[in-house]
Amino acid sequence: MTTATVTETEKEFRPVSGWRVVAAKELADHLLSGRFIVLMAVLGIATAAAVFAASGGIRDVAPNAQGITALFLKLFTVTVNPVPFPLIVFVGFLAPLLGIMFGFDAVNGERSQGTLPRLLSQPIHRDEVILGKFVAGLSVVAIMLASLVLFVSGIGIFRLGVVPSAAEVTRLFVWLILAVVYVGFWQALATLTSVMARRASTSALIPVGVWLVLALFGSFIFSAVAGLVAPRDGSPAAEVDYLRAEQAISQISPITLFQQGSTVLLDPEVRTVGLVTLEQVDRAIVSELNLTQSLGVVWPQLVVLVAMTAAMFALAYIAFVRQEVRA
Amino acid sequence: MTTTIESRGLTKAYDGHKVVDNLNLDIAAGEIFGLLGPNGAGKTTTILMLLGLVEPSSGEMEVLGLDPRRHPLEVKRRVGFLPDAVGFYDTMTGRQNLRFTARLNGIEDAEDRIHSLLEEVGLADAGDQLVGEYSRGMKQRLGLADALVKDPGVLILDEPTTAIDPEGVAEILGMIRRLATEEGVTILLSSHLLHQVQAVCDRVAIFVDGKVVAQGPPHELAAQQEGPTRVEFRFEDDDEGLGRRLEALGPIQSVNRGRIPGAWIVGVEPTRLAQAVRLASAEAPLVGVHRLDDDLDSIYRRYFESKEEKTA
Repeated sequence: MTTATVTETEKEFRPVSGWRVVAAKELADHLLSGRFIVLMAVLGIATAAAVFAASGGIRDVAPNAQGITALFLKLFTVTVNPVPFPLIVFVGFLAPLLGIMFGFDAVNGERSQGTLPRLLSQPIHRDEVILGKFVAGLSVVAIMLASLVLFVSGIGIFRLGVVPSAAEVTRLFVWLILAVVYVGFWQALATLTSVMARRASTSALIPVGVWLVLALFGSFIFSAVAGLVAPRDGSPAAEVDYLRAEQAISQISPITLFQQGSTVLLDPEVRTVGLVTLEQVDRAIVSELNLTQSLGVVWPQLVVLVAMTAAMFALAYIAFVRQEVRA
Repeated sequence: MTTTIESRGLTKAYDGHKVVDNLNLDIAAGEIFGLLGPNGAGKTTTILMLLGLVEPSSGEMEVLGLDPRRHPLEVKRRVGFLPDAVGFYDTMTGRQNLRFTARLNGIEDAEDRIHSLLEEVGLADAGDQLVGEYSRGMKQRLGLADALVKDPGVLILDEPTTAIDPEGVAEILGMIRRLATEEGVTILLSSHLLHQVQAVCDRVAIFVDGKVVAQGPPHELAAQQEGPTRVEFRFEDDDEGLGRRLEALGPIQSVNRGRIPGAWIVGVEPTRLAQAVRLASAEAPLVGVHRLDDDLDSIYRRYFESKEEKTA
């Protein structure tokens, strides 16, 4: 009886790891939610179509593909009719939706349900609420993307009969981490709008708008801006300046950063994401980079993407911690 | 008498407008204290400050001997809170919602406690139903159980009786009373429905526009009122001329017709009420006397009457 009382008192002074409790609850919510099932089904079907086409295409050219060691990774990067884009482009385009779906009502959902005052009156730090939610959302995304990759690999092995090498598995794993960070950016953006906007519809529309503008009109906008910065007058030098400017400007978009990172990580033959002149590739020997070299090529992109995600989460975090309970 | 909740000069201003103005509270252990006042009087802001959820602009406060600003977690660990219009996760059952709260409080094995709390608030059968299917009143009762999961020393209830039918109100108030007397829980409750909660409160503070206009035990507050109190005299016969005769009586200061035949509402100094009754019964057969102003509503009403006069 005495010991029981002692542990009771101790418990009162030991703060709970609140974000874990929040994350566990959110994770269970997400995995049982309709949006998870719908997203999983949509992604699964689209992926299956893309991979079947890609693997078919690879099979057709495989007999001539002597010396290509990273054949397995081609599953992710090859474009074959009738699917108009490779799988990594597809993920780059659609993955933001995952982040937005698991973030857009993180805070204002609690508000509209009337659960926020109750949650905040429990003995946990306020930041643990938003941290727990972010971790849970991103875990679900990681689960989805990982199962996507496994799914693709499974189809690939089955259709191609090619077993991925250790190097390829490592590349896929690194790419998966990159993809989760990339989705994290969008989830953090959606979380931020869910703090700022009272209604879930508003906080869903803003990040979706940003995503669509960047994904659909991004290249258009970037070349327009590049044209202003470095006007083209037809001379080769001006043209090079223009292309350099366009490339630099396009890197403010996380979509561009992710695409470049993916391309280099999943295709060992890619040696640069920048501008290459004909002289530079003349008589270059096609060879493969190892993972460290590939990472070296896209290191700036990876670092910037991680920084963007961290900064976006920091914004959401600060906005939430500073906000009035009754806003 | 040990003080459980204390505040000195507690003030909260938004853009220069004082929502809570220089509030001094002393709430004793085991006491039921009512924070009463109209909507927008600053009751909820006061409560959120005591919980450390809203930062005061100035002033001092202590809850269970701790400053909620500096020890928010310890205060929240020991203070149960039922917010106004409490909400739950609709896709979880009542029991799961309580379990989540228990985990946030670091209570590992809470099943027995949750079970007995659900029974206590009359939700034993509905505990495994999704909260989405609950009525407003059921959510309110679940909210009370939720605030009690952590076995708090202090219970803060924001508008606990709104959105509940009269029978439910009596049940909730009964539970509150029992918690204070049997378990020694200190209870701070806020309400804009004075007549509902005045019966259960040991002491109340009447709160208008961020200021406490009266504080004390409800019956004393009613007795302390200055000026004439309103009394309804009911006579056996409906007599038009009686009004003028009552007005002529010394202790009676004002006379108005009541709503039913034979009834008159008169204004009398409380100290001269007995005399007024004697004199009135000499005028005509008096069959009933009913004091209208012996509850807190009148304090409230008077405050607003005086305010309207000022603005007019």
